[in-house]
Amino acid sequence: MGHPSDRSYSEDHEWVLVQGDVVTVGITDFAQDQLGEVVYIELPSTGDTMNQGETFGEIESVKSVSELISPLSGEIVEVNSALSDTPETVNADPHGEGWMVKVRLSDAAQIDALMSAGEYDSFVTKG
Amino acid sequence: MHVSDPDLKRTPLHEEHLMLGARMVPFAGWEMPVQYSGIIDEHRAVRSSAGVFDVSHMAEFRVSGECAFDFLQRLLTNDLSRLSEVGSAQYSLMLEHDGGIIDDLIVYRTGDLEYLVIANAGNHEADAEWFLKHKPAGVEFADESARTALIALQGPLALGVIQELCGVEWEVPQRFHVASATLDSTVPCLVARTGYTGEDGVEILCRSVDAPSVWRLLLSFPEVTPCGLGARDTLRIEMGYHLYGNDMDRTRNPISAGLGWVVPASKSGYIGEEAVAAARDGVPATRLAFLVVEGGIPRPGHPVLHHGAVVGNVASGTFSPTLDTGIATAYLPSELVSEGTELEVEIRSKTARATIVRPPFVKTTSLSGQ
Repeated sequence: MGHPSDRSYSEDHEWVLVQGDVVTVGITDFAQDQLGEVVYIELPSTGDTMNQGETFGEIESVKSVSELISPLSGEIVEVNSALSDTPETVNADPHGEGWMVKVRLSDAAQIDALMSAGEYDSFVTKG
Repeated sequence: MHVSDPDLKRTPLHEEHLMLGARMVPFAGWEMPVQYSGIIDEHRAVRSSAGVFDVSHMAEFRVSGECAFDFLQRLLTNDLSRLSEVGSAQYSLMLEHDGGIIDDLIVYRTGDLEYLVIANAGNHEADAEWFLKHKPAGVEFADESARTALIALQGPLALGVIQELCGVEWEVPQRFHVASATLDSTVPCLVARTGYTGEDGVEILCRSVDAPSVWRLLLSFPEVTPCGLGARDTLRIEMGYHLYGNDMDRTRNPISAGLGWVVPASKSGYIGEEAVAAARDGVPATRLAFLVVEGGIPRPGHPVLHHGAVVGNVASGTFSPTLDTGIATAYLPSELVSEGTELEVEIRSKTARATIVRPPFVKTTSLSGQ
């Protein structure tokens, strides 16, 4: 598999990249491949609160709808609004330009419970 | 990742799909490829070049004998006498006595007294039962589905490919006609100029044992892309073609479904005739409407609202790769079904704007002038 080792991963297939007290959240390469071509993304607004384990958005491919599950809790400080016009970026560059939200964490300890890249790779290969 | 369900049937091309990396899904009791490279890629390949689909899950029935014409004329709604020449074909419906639609199918006249009927996989057993229940002496009915494979080759470049495979001497059949052919001088098959994508193209019937050869021959052309049921669905919805189970079933009659053209008013003596005549005389309570939806992707079951009140549910719905927007069908009160009516579709917690349009959603070019 080989997901980037600079970030952490959730069992709901989100990645989390820590930069100070703000983290960037997106979906993994594995997730985008499973979904197929993304055609519609519903994201929250800046200022919204995100709660770990709860839905923060929706992502649709031609055939399916999936919920985006918050890997962490905090306040949303930036949203990748470019994705509403070019949702396919999530397929093309899931770990880069396809990021979804930036969040100011309310509980930095939540990051410790996430998986490393190696752990996530074995998590998805086990199915 | 591939987990297979032993209860699902497999087509003769199963191994080919796995080798191409297809994502397999259960469909109507079959394990079928939903996509290979991606639904949008495959969809665009069919609109701009050519795509090949394994549709071997569909049912093939051969009906023959002195009374075959009378038998099918009684069981099916379209006028079989229009198939005046061997090799012609027509779209038709099979109805219950109350007008409910049992199945939609295509009938090919393959001989003076012989017809081939291609029907939906999901209705295979129900159709066979209905045919056998009504079959008189003097009609031979054979279910040839197990030993027959069906491969669709669709797109503006499809005819060039089939011509090359069948040789310069061979003549491509006219639209809604079928002809026998020998692919690559070796594989016998029937080539029908029919399809479900809105593009020109053919559907190839061959023996199951020959299916992998036919599949590989078609894919040896660089212009041909393998396509799954996902693209088949988006292509047919863009054309406003009905899908049995979504856009029609035993609770809908042809008039309400917008399929009155498949039931000629001049025809008589078929099962369901009285119910269709009654439906024609009145205004059906509901009609199938075609909606362009902005701000979300409509899916089957989503409520359709008019001024805030639920007036129906999405029957077929998807993202249209050609229009880059949502498109849907829905049975709605007849008085609302006219071009331009503004509605909303409730997509989970949000409402998206919907406007009734005339089908098809997309005008294709390869079939124009037909």
